[in-house]
Amino acid sequence: MNKARSNPLNTYAMHGALILYTLIALFPVFVILINSFKSRKAIFREPLALPDAESFSMIGYQTVMKQGDFFLYFQNSLIVTVASLALVLLFGAMAAYALSEYRFRGNTLMGLYLALGIMIPIRIGTVAILEMMVASGLVNTLWALILVYTAQGLPLAVFILSEFMKQVSDDLKNAGRIDGLSEYTIFFRLVLPLVRPAMATVAVFNMIPIWNDLWFPLILAPAEETKTLTLGSQVFIGQFVTDWNAVLSALSMAILPVLILYVIFSRQLIRGITSGAVK
Amino acid sequence: MSRPLQTGKAIHANDVSAFAQDINEASRLETGKSVQKHASRRRPRLHIAVFLAPAVLIYTAVMIFPLANTLRLALYSRIDQERVFTGLANFQTLFFDPIWSEQFWNALGNNFWFFLVHMLVQNPIGIALAAILSHPRLRFAALYRSAIFIPTILSFVIVGFAWKLILSPIWGIAPSMLDAVGLKSLFAPWLGKEEYALTTLALISVWQFIGIPMMLIYAALLSIPEEILEAGEVDGITGMGAFWKIKLPLILPSIGIISILTFVGNFNAFDLIYASQGALAGPDFSTDILGTFMYRTFFGFQLQLGDPHMGSAIAGAMFAIILLGVCIYLFGVQTRMRRYQL
Amino acid sequence: MKRKTLKAVLTATTLTATASWADDVTLTIESWRNDDLTLWQDKIIPAFEAKHPGIRVKFTPSAPPEYNAVLNSKLDAGSAGDLITCRPFDASLALFQAGHLADLGDLDAMSNFSDVAKSAWQTDDGSSSFCVPMASVIHGFIYNADAFAELGIEVPKTEADFFAALEKISEDGSYIPMAMGTNDQWEAATMGYNNIGPNYWKGENGRRALIAGEQKLTDEAWTAPYATLAKWSPYLGDGYEAQTYPDSQNLFTLGRAAIYPAGSWEISGFNTLADFKMGAFKPPVQNAGDTCYISDHTDIGIGMNASTDNPEAAKAFLTWVASPEFAAIFGNALPGFFPLSKEPVELEDPLAKEFVSWRGECESTIRSTYQILSRGTPNLENETWGASVAAIKGTASPEELGTKLQDGLASWYAPQQN
Repeated sequence: MNKARSNPLNTYAMHGALILYTLIALFPVFVILINSFKSRKAIFREPLALPDAESFSMIGYQTVMKQGDFFLYFQNSLIVTVASLALVLLFGAMAAYALSEYRFRGNTLMGLYLALGIMIPIRIGTVAILEMMVASGLVNTLWALILVYTAQGLPLAVFILSEFMKQVSDDLKNAGRIDGLSEYTIFFRLVLPLVRPAMATVAVFNMIPIWNDLWFPLILAPAEETKTLTLGSQVFIGQFVTDWNAVLSALSMAILPVLILYVIFSRQLIRGITSGAVK
Repeated sequence: MSRPLQTGKAIHANDVSAFAQDINEASRLETGKSVQKHASRRRPRLHIAVFLAPAVLIYTAVMIFPLANTLRLALYSRIDQERVFTGLANFQTLFFDPIWSEQFWNALGNNFWFFLVHMLVQNPIGIALAAILSHPRLRFAALYRSAIFIPTILSFVIVGFAWKLILSPIWGIAPSMLDAVGLKSLFAPWLGKEEYALTTLALISVWQFIGIPMMLIYAALLSIPEEILEAGEVDGITGMGAFWKIKLPLILPSIGIISILTFVGNFNAFDLIYASQGALAGPDFSTDILGTFMYRTFFGFQLQLGDPHMGSAIAGAMFAIILLGVCIYLFGVQTRMRRYQL
Repeated sequence: MKRKTLKAVLTATTLTATASWADDVTLTIESWRNDDLTLWQDKIIPAFEAKHPGIRVKFTPSAPPEYNAVLNSKLDAGSAGDLITCRPFDASLALFQAGHLADLGDLDAMSNFSDVAKSAWQTDDGSSSFCVPMASVIHGFIYNADAFAELGIEVPKTEADFFAALEKISEDGSYIPMAMGTNDQWEAATMGYNNIGPNYWKGENGRRALIAGEQKLTDEAWTAPYATLAKWSPYLGDGYEAQTYPDSQNLFTLGRAAIYPAGSWEISGFNTLADFKMGAFKPPVQNAGDTCYISDHTDIGIGMNASTDNPEAAKAFLTWVASPEFAAIFGNALPGFFPLSKEPVELEDPLAKEFVSWRGECESTIRSTYQILSRGTPNLENETWGASVAAIKGTASPEELGTKLQDGLASWYAPQQN
């Protein structure tokens, strides 16, 4: 093929740049991980030293395990995140399709309306949301969180997905129409697979704030049975004394599930693009 | 060719009628009109409602209604335990009472700087990383991609802790690393100095969120068909040239999206500063941005009681700023952007 | 008595559930004290439940920085717990005025507390009380006794001694003289200004005069502490500008700093973290023999959610909190949080004993900015944070700071406007 694209020098430069940035990205994470296995004294005496026989300590992990049912918290976080993402993606894609595919009166206005939500932080509506959840008896259920996160994620999803949907070829959709497919079938069978990369992006976008949110779990679902992982970890952050061992351990453990979700979505993204069923 | 028309340009009348038979019975009954002509424009529109309904319903009930309900408070004040309608008085206070306006302009100015750092550092680096990663025969691409994305999935508590530990003048990671390369004299307690703190925090935020532009641009770059690049090669456009002349124009819409998302994200940001500098955004309010100013006012802090009325007024001002930005993007940029259907 | 009525009510309403009636009332406590979770779970709640078999208690703390916001939202929407841990002064007063906290006028056990103890949770005219006082915290300095012995330093009594000691530690060089940073700002105001300040403004005299409008923040008594704070900076560690509160705690407990400007709340944490001998001294006075003043700040109380479904059970709990039994458990399990009940509690921790002994030697006051003066905008407490940091960093002179604070206060506080 082409010279420039396989030039070994270029390849080294590319790897060099990527390795450099990877180091920058991972260094603080590395600091967190090694310190989560050290005693408090060792953390602050030599924050960069690897845990050795003397400084190695699982005290943080032990505290975390003792203080609450962290597997339940994991499970709650996972349910909330996955369910909210599923709803955001489904409803968001449907709305984005309606906006990008059809011309109807109020289309632009509707687009703007659906984008309003990214312009005001939802937290200031907390009291009204909480009142609504109290009235509907959803307080201390995971549904309260799922609904809020779905609402919170939709504007961004619609915003991004409608941009991507505009790039889906009209010929393809029209071919579908000629074949007598319903609009629903066209959407689900032809369009959705094509925007899978964008869907994966939206999923990744929304996953992080949901997973890491402390505010709404604290207000809407603080009960023991519905605690999320982030909420469970905050008991170690005290008014005066913060148990950094426990915080580091709890949050180190919290990295893994999101990372797995990310890998799943990003693989989805790549597969969607490279398999390129219809292009 | 700006926005491509959605009408089926080449659909033959016969095909249309065949298609029409397949249309949802209910919608046909509802409109009761012939759908034979101008198929894609005058089709019964029930499906549009069906597509929009779930999103609009949940969004309106759980987001717009509570937010509107709260923003309304900006027009009221609490006087002697009573909520009184005071019109635009809160906004007048916000913009013209020096106690408030100084804080507001300070926060707004800081916010623009925060945004500028993201635009100048985060997005170019993100695009560059995506460009390298999308190289077809790069090995370990998935590994790099995941590694670079890891900071984005961390919680603010951890990010704040890790960087404060690293940058701390006391525990010595940054000072000793700079010492190792002979640059110890460059070290300063950055987070504690008025002149550096905001930039330092902006860079930490860049570090955390760089995965997002990278992902988006990466997705956009990958979806450029190989044929286009090969056609470019035939014309002798390769390497960097291919990036600037072929890929970049094709990913411009995505760059537009990341710019506006960065804008919206930065003008709503608050967690990182709250977690690492506290609600008063020290030192001496040098890291105060609109988000921290609004939260501090709205929810109160320490002995300062929450003031939902002034807080909503600030939120309203933030909303106006962001809306302005988004409208400039939607109507000024997006509609003029060349967009290619791939 | 009350318990009997309660039982009667409970059994009457739960005739069908014969065996399990004991589980019928569950009280939930809202608190910001994540730190005390295990203490409540292991000691306080079991002690209470043992005596009140009909009532179960759940302690559900939330993240301290979020507490006020979370609590207010929950109260407004009606999903808050039965018992509310009270911040002192205006934060709780506002909740009472909004009808969220119940009036405790009919709670007999309130007579176990002095008027001073109750003052943090009363209306301005003192007519209604709405929280049971739980504890106060005392300011002072904690020092590394081993380091003092090693360097041959006496515990300072006067300000001159204090700075001489700092100078000596600084010259020796093996310890950072004093562990405090300005990154989080509040330490500078709380452990700096309000720690040493009462000696200058003569405790309650000055504080009340300020509230009455008889003194101004530009007066010598109120600006002099800033001048003293300015002299601290050479003795704080390198890069103190970016030193956070946990950094300071770690510096001291790891034995790298000699003196720690403290609140007594640090005691329990420091006891577990430090492996050297510690001592404490009160804020030094200007001249030997001067009357000393200490900040003995009412910090934490507990009240009842006015819309609780279980007011009787909640009152039973509050009555118990007001009892000597609770005071003894709380005061000893959390050394450094000093119970406020009239009946003195025998403390075991030596450091806590040292702090509490100052109550007998000095005049007590509370932090100057907490009552009434932080009601308006600009908020005097927040302004004091910034001013104390500026004083230490030397970015503004004490006089400038005094003028700025006075102008801010006078802009909304009528007694200061003439």
